[in-house]
Amino acid sequence: MRDTFVDVTTAALDDDPRLAVVLADISADRFTGAAARHPDRVINVGIREQLMIGTAGGLALTGMRPVVHTYAPFLIERAFEQIKLDLVHQDVGALLVSNGGSYDVPSAGRTHMAPGDVAVMDSLPGWTVHVPGHATEAARLLEAAFRTDDRVYLRMSERGNAAARPVGEGIVPIRTGSARSLGVVLAVGPMLDRVLAATRELDVTVAYTATVRPFDRAGLNRLVGEAGQADVLMVEPYLEGTSAHEIAAALSDRRHRQLSLGVSRADEVRIYGTSADHDRVHGLDADGIARSARDFFLV
Amino acid sequence: MATTTLSRYADLPALIGLMTGDEKHQAASESTLDVLWVLYDRVLDISPETVDDPDRDRFLLSKGHGPSAYYAVLATKGFIDVRTLRNWTRADSPLGYHPDRVLIPGVEIGSGSLGHGLGLAVGTALGLRAQGRTKPRVFVLVGDGELDEGSNHEAIAAAGRLGLDGITVIAVDNRSGTHGWPGGIAERFKVEGWAARTVSGRDHDALHSAFTTPHPGRPLVVVAHVNTKG
Repeated sequence: MRDTFVDVTTAALDDDPRLAVVLADISADRFTGAAARHPDRVINVGIREQLMIGTAGGLALTGMRPVVHTYAPFLIERAFEQIKLDLVHQDVGALLVSNGGSYDVPSAGRTHMAPGDVAVMDSLPGWTVHVPGHATEAARLLEAAFRTDDRVYLRMSERGNAAARPVGEGIVPIRTGSARSLGVVLAVGPMLDRVLAATRELDVTVAYTATVRPFDRAGLNRLVGEAGQADVLMVEPYLEGTSAHEIAAALSDRRHRQLSLGVSRADEVRIYGTSADHDRVHGLDADGIARSARDFFLV
Repeated sequence: MATTTLSRYADLPALIGLMTGDEKHQAASESTLDVLWVLYDRVLDISPETVDDPDRDRFLLSKGHGPSAYYAVLATKGFIDVRTLRNWTRADSPLGYHPDRVLIPGVEIGSGSLGHGLGLAVGTALGLRAQGRTKPRVFVLVGDGELDEGSNHEAIAAAGRLGLDGITVIAVDNRSGTHGWPGGIAERFKVEGWAARTVSGRDHDALHSAFTTPHPGRPLVVVAHVNTKG
């Protein structure tokens, strides 16, 4: 996904004089060609994350379209007040693109993990948040975001699904349950293939979205209305319950049950290993999701 | 319009008095008053008619706390209706204790939390450079206490190394930083590649001379000394 980001952004820099990339050393080696062609529009501020967001705000104030990229903990958490004030409070936009979200680089440990990034961004108004599950999806979402002045956070992942799914259309059903189905399972971005495997034996509707903000409340309400039960299992690759309030709002006109799966809030998981090891700890591997689904749907 | 009659430096205390209720003493305690006056009266190419002109000069008030002198100067130059000053900080007023660019024409940034203006200025200068706009200059006003914020040090180092000669920082120094700046503020900028001038923050001609100092290839800091806070 990161290679795709570099490729589509490099191509867009050649075509769109409004576009500017702001880096803090991370991935700068991948933009050397673009920087040689567009020295004023590929800006590496060094390891200065506060400045990288301030720079994006200033670029936007002059009418440019800044694309800001580094690891999620540095992009979202270290410079959070800059995101709040240098972008939102100034009423300007930027496209923030992170990698290394929840635990994509587990051998690096907690310092390079940011399972709370989407929850933190959710405390600010007016952001579109994309969590693509495939490089092709990421490319489509990026190309659309280049052409706007919106505030967009795109969360890249090292992992994803075997096939690209529709993006930019809200929540889309992937597999539809019967009229007597147990409910709806909503998978975000990289979680889809695991969710499909985990729910293979269950009569449920499995739906997908690569865009979690704004949340497609009407789309979820419609799918739940068509299901046998108003029960929703949400599976997100970041902090558990991040979208629970959106589901509650989407279904405020129905008696419903909901369960959120995601990275556990209970403890700091102090292990290295692989992403699969962390999936197991958080119950986000196919077996863990299947167990949670059977419990929740009372199978 | 009342703004046409209250347009002199001598009118500023009365205008500040509309906000603070004190015409005699408040003005003298405003550390930024003279800097702001000289900028808007003699330096900045900006007017109420050109607030959206992409080639206008930019003035970024990073030290957004205590903006009454800023509002008064904006009123003398017609950006703000004088009568608006009287109702400042009320729910229906565009004027708060910290200025908001969305609410006030001609205000380039919303500020108040310290340490944001210089980073925004770096981006603004880079954006103007990328668009080939060589005319606009970017002026940023910071306080010496505000320089404690690490975000400023990120911006000072990068602006110096990137040779952002479109930027002029005015550091109003009333020695309010808790641990101070050994060797003076100007030295901290110079070591990062900036041009520097140090002047009295009350001397209009000295301020004007400093603000208009040529500084090709490097950003400029003007340290404006005013009386010690308190």
